[in-house]
Amino acid sequence: MSVVSLVLQAGLRDLSRNRWIVAYTLSFLGIAEGLFWFGGTGPQVLLSMLNLVLLVLPLVALVFGTIHVYASREFVELLLAQPVPRRELFAGLYLGLALPLAGAFLVGAGIPFIVHARDGATIGGVVALLGAGVGLSLAFAAIATWIALFTDDRLKGIGLALAAWLASTVIYDGLVLGAAAAFGNYPLERPLLGLMMTNPVDVARVLVLTQLDVSALMGYTGALFERTFGTALGTGIAAAALVTWCVIPLGLAGRRFLRRDF
Amino acid sequence: MITLNTIRKRFGALDVLQDVSLSVRTGAVTALVGPNGSGKTTLIKIVLGLTRADHGALHVDGQPADDAGAYRRAIGYMPQAAHFPVNLRVGDVLDLVQQLRPGEAVDDELARAYDMDGIRDKFVGTLSGGTRQKVNAVVAFMFRPALLILDEPTAGLDPLSANVLKEKIRAVRREGRSVLITSHIMTELESLADDVAFLCDGRLRFAGPVAELLSHTGGRSLEDAIAGLMRAERAGRLERVERAEPRPAVVTAGPTAPSPWLAPEPKGAA
Repeated sequence: MSVVSLVLQAGLRDLSRNRWIVAYTLSFLGIAEGLFWFGGTGPQVLLSMLNLVLLVLPLVALVFGTIHVYASREFVELLLAQPVPRRELFAGLYLGLALPLAGAFLVGAGIPFIVHARDGATIGGVVALLGAGVGLSLAFAAIATWIALFTDDRLKGIGLALAAWLASTVIYDGLVLGAAAAFGNYPLERPLLGLMMTNPVDVARVLVLTQLDVSALMGYTGALFERTFGTALGTGIAAAALVTWCVIPLGLAGRRFLRRDF
Repeated sequence: MITLNTIRKRFGALDVLQDVSLSVRTGAVTALVGPNGSGKTTLIKIVLGLTRADHGALHVDGQPADDAGAYRRAIGYMPQAAHFPVNLRVGDVLDLVQQLRPGEAVDDELARAYDMDGIRDKFVGTLSGGTRQKVNAVVAFMFRPALLILDEPTAGLDPLSANVLKEKIRAVRREGRSVLITSHIMTELESLADDVAFLCDGRLRFAGPVAELLSHTGGRSLEDAIAGLMRAERAGRLERVERAEPRPAVVTAGPTAPSPWLAPEPKGAA
């Protein structure tokens, strides 16, 4: 068996028994099931879950991921002392963090939609929500890994993780609104579409909303995006942007892992 | 044999290691000693490939150690403290390390002595610190590597377990394998080590047989000798003296027993 799969299996075993991951899974399960239970239709639950996913998932992936990488430092050193290549070890360690996070979300948010399949949510909408959640899990786990490898100071690392969450969920929206208000007389379409690509949370929001008939909820960048690209092309571009948001931080983290001193 | 040649390492403005050259003899236990912050851990990490030296070379059995890390097949490592993922079972940890080194002959003597079969199904998070340290030791001794690197190996172990581990170290030496060990318990090192390497402020101040260190410093024990060297270092009286091979490049001496290698005491000093 390869080093990647061995380390990944260990990570999966460890985190599948982690109480925070179990609680995270049950939270999504409970909230989605509760929304259906209290009379929500499929599309309504989908939208409510989208807001939850965009806010909570990056926070959990960033904070939990950063803490997990710091807590694994000594074990990683022990593994690095074995005759294994760093590149493969890094891949196993990253996947051992990102896949349990993504899996916990998939199980927690996915099961209620399967159980309530006849409540009106479109397959495209559900797949987009789950896909966006998985993409955000992978992207923010990569960012968390990069942060934890970037600084040895745990407090600073967790502070950076929280700052990244604030920037992508709160500050970014304020910037977009501020820019739209301040420069309303100028052609802002292209700059704002470019700005959207700089934020994986906004990309995920647009990815899901392009699958739903809810233009009013798209926000400024989402509406621009759909108008510019249309639904099919827009979905493809948003998905590609989300994949890019997984690949770039992962590449930076991997580069850091290969070069750094432990 | 593992040879370190003029190893230098700098963290920011701090010279952690300065031109350290050291050989770990085949079939010998070498104690790496020095005050806190002297560079012992960094030196060990460089041997393991966890940290890269700014300058110098590391050779394992005459071959240069490379980034691919295959040379680590010749090394078993026991870190100072065992930090395994708490939600893994002991069996998961042992199996993982075994599978990461396929094809290597397994030495289960220490695993049997520490009754690993009895705790294989227990989660690491439920183990006491001492039991985790036993797992740590079993991981290091699981194969038959040419070199074992042990960082404070008996810390946290009960007397019986510590005794078992020390016997295992002696057995490894009898098999002709090498051990590089650090500890702050000098009596323990004295009972185990053939050679001693004394690091201070990132510089290797003595490297040679324990008996030679005792004779040069006039110390009655390793603890006396090392304490003497540390006092001399603090007083600025410790000098490095280059000596011809095959005798090791050295240094030394303690205040209680002036030697040819000790800088003269300043006038007026007590």
